[in-house]
Amino acid sequence: MKIDIDNLNKAFENRIRLGIMSVLMVNDKVDFNTMKELLNLTDGNLASHITGLEKQGYIAINKQFVGKKPNTTFEATLDGKTAFKAHLDALEKLIKG
Amino acid sequence: MNFKISFAIQSTFNMSNSNHNLNDLAHIRQLMERSTKFVSLSGLSGVFAGTYALLGAFGVWFFINVVGITRCIGEDGVAMKLFGLKFQEFCFVDALLVLFLSLSTSFWLSYRKAKKSGDSIWNSLTKRVFINMMVPLTTGGIFCLLLIYHGQSIFIAPATLIFYGLALVNVSKYTYNDIFQLGIIEILIGLLAMFFLANGLLFWTIGFGLMHIIYGIGMYFKYERKQA
Repeated sequence: MKIDIDNLNKAFENRIRLGIMSVLMVNDKVDFNTMKELLNLTDGNLASHITGLEKQGYIAINKQFVGKKPNTTFEATLDGKTAFKAHLDALEKLIKG
Repeated sequence: MNFKISFAIQSTFNMSNSNHNLNDLAHIRQLMERSTKFVSLSGLSGVFAGTYALLGAFGVWFFINVVGITRCIGEDGVAMKLFGLKFQEFCFVDALLVLFLSLSTSFWLSYRKAKKSGDSIWNSLTKRVFINMMVPLTTGGIFCLLLIYHGQSIFIAPATLIFYGLALVNVSKYTYNDIFQLGIIEILIGLLAMFFLANGLLFWTIGFGLMHIIYGIGMYFKYERKQA
């Protein structure tokens, strides 16, 4: 049985990163607090994984001000979406054997 | 982490690893759904809304058929004596009361369900649900007020049904698929009510009363009972 391990993307192995990407696949833009609540994370925890994904070029971070409050939103880049789809395909293949 | 997975795959692709991947997929699916679908809606909201509508409709029916329409209308009508309202105003207040009670009950039940499952009630998703619901509903509300303004209150029953149906269809992409079906049914009932204009109250009762209760019970058993 030859399994395509190369397609399993290391960047998505972490549960939290997997979660972040899942949410961004189906939502155009998600703000920091919504993401934090969806994944049940602390600020610092989310921030570190976000930075990791941004370094890979898989997500884009937009910072802007709504009134006086800073508002950070995330979106998946095209690269990120492609990579995540490939990762899901690989996962599926693994499960189906 | 990577090493562990690669190792397992290379050796025997054992059970626990397969479980791990399955869990990942389940986790992904759950997050995708939770972030795009408003699942805190409780079927019980429908049952309550339906019951309020039935009671409200019964009130109006009672005055028209039991007390008699001729004794209700006018400055010395029954409605005026009891509530200090003209009959038309009484119907309007009655409908507003149904709407207010339905909305507040469904907010309260959704809040309770969201709290139970650890979701927040006011996030970007519920904001989207709220806006998508409110645009057709407010339009419909103003439209009905204008109908009254022009003395065309006979069109209110079909208009409320149709606008409510459109609101449900519009909001259904963010919640259970049942809401889409319910929306279509409300629109159809509204169009029927527009055709059989004299039976507005009957169609209104079926649309807002009966259908809410049927769908509410259906959704309650489909989504809530099995989790409880």
